[in-house]
Amino acid sequence: MKRFLSVCIICLFLSLPAGVLRADTPEEQGLSIALEAERRDDGFGDSTADMKMILKNRHGQESVRLIRIKTLEVKDDGDKSLSVFDTPRDVKGTAFLTFSHKQGDDDQWLYLPALKRVKRINSRNKSGSFMGSEFAYEDISSQESEKYTYKWIKNEPLNGVDCFIIERYPVDLKNSGYTRLLTWIDKDEYRVRKVEYYDRKKSLLKTLTLDGYQQYLGKYWRAHEMHMVNHQNGKSTVLLWTNQQFRQGLSELDFTQNSLKRVR
Amino acid sequence: MALPPFRSAFLSNCFARVCFADRPAAPLVLAPSWVRLRGLPVMGVFFVLFLLVFVNISVAHELTGVVAVEQRVFTKEPLLDEQKEHNYSLAMQLEYYYQFQYQNRFSFIFVPFFRWDSADDERSHFDFREMNFLYGGESWDLRLGIGKVFWGATEFVHLVDIVNQTDLVESIDGEEKLGQPMVHLFLPGQWGGVDLFVLPSFRERTFPGSRGRLRSQLVVDTDHPVFESSEQGNHVDFALRYSHTIGDVDFGLSYFDGTDRQPLLLPGLDGQGLSVLTPYYRQIQQTGFDLQWILGEWLLKMESIYRHYDGEHDHYWAAVGGFEYTVGSLLDSGMDLGLIGEYVHDARGDEALTPFEDDIILGLRLAVNDAAGSEVLAGVIVDMDSPTRLVSLEASRRFGDRMRATVEAGFFLNPPKGDLFYSLREDDFLRVDVAFYF
Repeated sequence: MKRFLSVCIICLFLSLPAGVLRADTPEEQGLSIALEAERRDDGFGDSTADMKMILKNRHGQESVRLIRIKTLEVKDDGDKSLSVFDTPRDVKGTAFLTFSHKQGDDDQWLYLPALKRVKRINSRNKSGSFMGSEFAYEDISSQESEKYTYKWIKNEPLNGVDCFIIERYPVDLKNSGYTRLLTWIDKDEYRVRKVEYYDRKKSLLKTLTLDGYQQYLGKYWRAHEMHMVNHQNGKSTVLLWTNQQFRQGLSELDFTQNSLKRVR
Repeated sequence: MALPPFRSAFLSNCFARVCFADRPAAPLVLAPSWVRLRGLPVMGVFFVLFLLVFVNISVAHELTGVVAVEQRVFTKEPLLDEQKEHNYSLAMQLEYYYQFQYQNRFSFIFVPFFRWDSADDERSHFDFREMNFLYGGESWDLRLGIGKVFWGATEFVHLVDIVNQTDLVESIDGEEKLGQPMVHLFLPGQWGGVDLFVLPSFRERTFPGSRGRLRSQLVVDTDHPVFESSEQGNHVDFALRYSHTIGDVDFGLSYFDGTDRQPLLLPGLDGQGLSVLTPYYRQIQQTGFDLQWILGEWLLKMESIYRHYDGEHDHYWAAVGGFEYTVGSLLDSGMDLGLIGEYVHDARGDEALTPFEDDIILGLRLAVNDAAGSEVLAGVIVDMDSPTRLVSLEASRRFGDRMRATVEAGFFLNPPKGDLFYSLREDDFLRVDVAFYF
């Protein structure tokens, strides 16, 4: 008992969170942080949001894409999502339907409005650029905890906010563009604040910072600004989220191949 | 996720050039194709006006469109004196969308299309690509008016797709379609979905005119089509399709009973006693099956049809199968490379109305994944029974947010006499198209 108490006191002294308390190895600590972050997002049901994607090249030239996104939470599996492009105009009305999965490849369909054609597409290559941006498909797809293994590194403040720093390793190493993702998660609300992506050669490829967190339904936090900087090619992409709404009454029927055809 | 093939249509473009199929093409005249739609569009317009006046509850509406200029340059002199050597053209398509407030379930869409061509009167044409009302309900959708649907899985040959007529003057790949008047009911369920169609009015295929290139030696006399049905172009066609997704497989089973979209082209004389080809539209029943199966980086596709002709008590089958293999992040460049291979077989052999009776088609698509959405497509069609080779190259990219430029080249190599492409042997071309979106 004495020993238990002293462990507790030491832990408290180090102000380790409860989740980490129970864990032994750094791997278990990392996993429990990821699971806690995931648990806190459970039950959001469905959401809709508008996304403005600003692409910047080395010379500072910008181009903008407007995308509307609907998401449906799926019990015991990855989320379903539907993304519709409003600009650039030549791809207006183009839509992606994604059923993400905890295990295996996601299911993905593409709708080409000019042809009225729904096409099943290959989702195995996760490292490809999303619409010419610095975000890869694997960066914007549903971040299920099963898609990575974890390791707690240390605790350290980031811009004055106490954070856990954990490393995530893609389970599907063969098709991911990364070997590891160094991830800052704040201790208060388990929100991801920063991610460093290391490429297959293990050198730093990109840094993502997330800002403008707002809370919805008294529980769910969403970042409204995401800055992705590619250190190797000098390009960057900013995502600005607006009109974030929850519990719009979406159902499975809003995420079918037919719904792709009538999406506006 | 792999190649965001936003313009995968191009793929098909590549080769579809082939679809030119049918034999010759003919000169035509006036009578924009929409005139033949009879009362339907007019009724539609009145219906809209009725709703606007009596149910004055608009929520959202939107007008968008595209204007494109095109120049086609041919590398050789035309085969015939009456053909113009080169051509340029201007095309415009508007899209007006209106959503009614009532439950947000009713919407109206209106998509007129117009092209003016410097050489070919037949290619100068107007069409309502879409003009329909959609009710999108919880357990069913109903579309009334002129609409467009696509059935199928493969990239270069579309055997199963039959609801909409091909707008062949737009491009010989057969990817462009005319609007089809329809009553379309869709019933979704856990067991998949069923599409039911009643198609009350037939659209005749467009063919290049006498001054145009990329046509048959004799022009197709689209002014005097012949129908097997005593109801002529008023025959009411029916179609249905069951489709479902099970795991990594998407498939569809379809049936069509009505007027064949692809006419026989019979030698004949026009009003002035000139030799022409007369389109003859037969009555058919077609059963179709299409399938896509994802296996890792491989996407396997197949389509098959079994067709019965009422008049001749004849029938045949045809099938196409192939793959699309994706090389993601080619050499760590961030580019995606898609490799496509398809084989088509038509049981009619040389009697087939299409140029695809025993052909292998190879294609590749390079998606650069840059901000300009640059894309390169290349393909070759190899006829296993003749020396004919068709080659297509296409590259496109965006300039700014509202403009896309496309450069395309097509070559018809070694078509022997009697081949469907023999009349195109002088028609190798380069096409530049610049489209402005608003």
